[in-house]
Amino acid sequence: MMKKIVLALIIGVLVAILPYFIKVSPYVLNMFMQAATYAIVVLGMTVVLGYTGQINLAQATFFGLGAYAVGLGTTDWGISFWLSLALGVAAATVAGFVLGLTTLRLKGHYLAMITISFQQIFDLVMVNWIGVTHGPDGIAGIGRPSLFGLSLTDDRAYLLLCLAVLYIAIYFVWQLPQTQLGRAMRAVRENELAAEVTGIDSLKIKVTAFTMSATLAGLGGAFYAAGFAYISPDNFNFARSIEFLTMVLLGGAQSAFGGVLGTGLLILLPEWLRFLKEVYLAVYGLAVILIMVFLPTGIWGLFSAWRTKYKKIDKIDASGFATLDIQISTSDTTPILSLNNVQKHFGGVKAVDGISLDVSRGMIHALIGPNGSGKTTILNVLNGIYRATNGSIVCDGVNITDKTPHERASLGIGRTFQNIRLFPSLSVLENVMVGAQRANNPIEPGRAALRARALSALKFVGMAEEAEVIVQNLPYGHQRLVEIARALAGYPKFLLLDEPAAGLNQTEKKSLANLLKRLKGHGITIFLIEHDMSLIEEVSDKITVLNFGKKIVEGDPSYVLRHPEVMAAYLGEADHGAA
Amino acid sequence: MTDFWVTNFQVLFSGLALGSIYALVALGFVLIIRATNVVNFAQGDFAMLGGFAMVAFLAAGLPYWLAIIMALVMMGVFGIIFNLGVYYPLRNRSYLPVIISTLGASIFMQNTVLYIFGPQPKPMEKVFATQGINVGGVFMDTQYLTILGVTAIALLFQYVLFEKTLLGKKLQATSQDKDMARLVGIPVAWMIAFTFCYSAVLGGVAGILVSPVLFVSIGMGSIIALKAFSATIIGGFGDVTGAIVGGLLLGVVEAFGAQYISVPYKDAFAFLLLFIFLLLRPQGIFGEKVSEKA
Repeated sequence: MMKKIVLALIIGVLVAILPYFIKVSPYVLNMFMQAATYAIVVLGMTVVLGYTGQINLAQATFFGLGAYAVGLGTTDWGISFWLSLALGVAAATVAGFVLGLTTLRLKGHYLAMITISFQQIFDLVMVNWIGVTHGPDGIAGIGRPSLFGLSLTDDRAYLLLCLAVLYIAIYFVWQLPQTQLGRAMRAVRENELAAEVTGIDSLKIKVTAFTMSATLAGLGGAFYAAGFAYISPDNFNFARSIEFLTMVLLGGAQSAFGGVLGTGLLILLPEWLRFLKEVYLAVYGLAVILIMVFLPTGIWGLFSAWRTKYKKIDKIDASGFATLDIQISTSDTTPILSLNNVQKHFGGVKAVDGISLDVSRGMIHALIGPNGSGKTTILNVLNGIYRATNGSIVCDGVNITDKTPHERASLGIGRTFQNIRLFPSLSVLENVMVGAQRANNPIEPGRAALRARALSALKFVGMAEEAEVIVQNLPYGHQRLVEIARALAGYPKFLLLDEPAAGLNQTEKKSLANLLKRLKGHGITIFLIEHDMSLIEEVSDKITVLNFGKKIVEGDPSYVLRHPEVMAAYLGEADHGAA
Repeated sequence: MTDFWVTNFQVLFSGLALGSIYALVALGFVLIIRATNVVNFAQGDFAMLGGFAMVAFLAAGLPYWLAIIMALVMMGVFGIIFNLGVYYPLRNRSYLPVIISTLGASIFMQNTVLYIFGPQPKPMEKVFATQGINVGGVFMDTQYLTILGVTAIALLFQYVLFEKTLLGKKLQATSQDKDMARLVGIPVAWMIAFTFCYSAVLGGVAGILVSPVLFVSIGMGSIIALKAFSATIIGGFGDVTGAIVGGLLLGVVEAFGAQYISVPYKDAFAFLLLFIFLLLRPQGIFGEKVSEKA
């Protein structure tokens, strides 16, 4: 790690001071300056698109805000470059925050369109608000700064400054994925719903990513304006936003180096493709389609895929990991969960039609019923994916009826899904660490504690040896276990499991039953949906049976499973018609 | 009528005509959204392409009616090619690569046309030579009347196609559940190809209709598409009635905005309306709130 940084730094410094030793034409210097400032902007795209999976087609507006602040600041307003730069970055940041906050509740297509609209409005304002922006004429004579008394008007010195800023930005974006924030971003990209249920405030994460991206764009814009001394609205239009998008995609959106590589290539490419002249942009458009079809992870993605292919992933020796230190008190006799007349209607369909039930502490409580009886809907209402139409839900003394999924997760409600929802391209360990970093988790601060908790959760389910494997490469049964470990790492007092045995073979089912009993031993209350009756009979303390959104029978397994109404619900009754 | 009312009716009339264009393109959007769950960001360029095809055929000396037929046939073929090149290879990936791919297609189409026809906007004759009629002081341009008439016919045609024919049922089945449609023997890939073909033709119709009013230019598609898409959101994402109502509403808001507030910023009104909707009623006029299934 340290070696890599040193190596990168040496190369970086060499590139930066090269113009002092070799004669480089001003034209080439300009090109490098453009590449360096664009790369800062494109790193923003890496954060928002690559890490967080949110599209942003207005990156050129944030770029423009930074540039116009420096342009107007150093000419019309007569303030210093550094103050203008601060203003520009602040303006871009605020704009990014506001735009993100208003639109990131919406999904992909909306976001794409809103950002385009924002881009168009920005364009209109820049062109038409002539009194302030100089309109289509643009701003000329933008000044360059001096630093510690040293003037940076020389192209070589200014390039040095731009590169220094770029290197800092690269370092920051490069390190981001390994931080809590970066892991949360990637979790949101991989599966927003699962991220939310695991305790991530997905809106907050997306807005943060969008804002960071805008900040970087503003920074790049400020340096760009002073570098070229002249700006006009043409530099900041929709085509430019698409250019930034293409750069990040071509290079590889999921790595900081990919974005920089893509920027360099697309700045140089026009030089090499000069012979194409007028059709250059048409070729450019075509290239975008071809990249999407043939190079979905970009050049850097191809490179790192090739690298991981030949990198052997060793099994980890798990013997040294701590055992899971969860112990939840079950002495309180009040129920941990109470549903009071909960209803969930979809239009005219009453999927859940007035359910009341209590779950006692430290119990395994099973919810069964024929297909379509409303079981999964109840789970979704319980952890906030659906809002109940009526009724109230109280968990451990807290009314959670109107809380969001991540707020419920922060109260210690864990969940697994019927169709597994992991973060497929993250490693097993990272998946579980996302679970460990939920708010209010009783855990020491810092990465080491997160990692230790995650490993102990993995060890508990018997998956610690596979910690470094990318989740999507695991067999199905193992993925189920990782999902349980993810929930466990968040120290859940209450665990919702949606058909944990689905798709497992007999041996796996047996060890699942074992696992559930061990969880119970730690005081964790389990509420599960399951179709496998032998598993239910073996593990559950209490069973609630649903049919057509209503509770029909409740009690201990021996009573419930032999109850005539239950048999009727499952097998049908002559006088009931098709049930 | 007093001058005040004459002016307002005049503005309303041209707003509705412009709104019809948005509605036609919005309809193309909605059909593709329903069939494939993705937004085609080159939808507006279908209109641009239709306009330029018309210009080319007229320049080649074809009579107006034949030029229209040729242009629309060309659009249909182009829609299928578009499907094969831009959507089909990415059909099993998430929406993001498809969005980006259609954006790339948009750049490609605009710049190819730019290369062939040059940057100068092209004028186009109106469908009817008569200027217009005067109703109680309100001047009704024949081209605007044509736009309204053709839009109404297109909507009627589409209603019959989707609700009354077997092909329409198959298209609806495809849009609702592809796997199930496949299981009952509907050729899903062909249905999607047809959807692209049909919405390219719709875009072409919009382009041909609006060209005599706006001039045929490279950028005409992008701005129409943005507003048409805003219309689909305002109306309710993926809702056919919503697209039409949203389109008309946008046209009218824009016309009144230009009349009473500001001409240079007239394009901004559509986006402002969109922002307001997204903040207060993101599901649109006719849309229902849907949550992701777990």
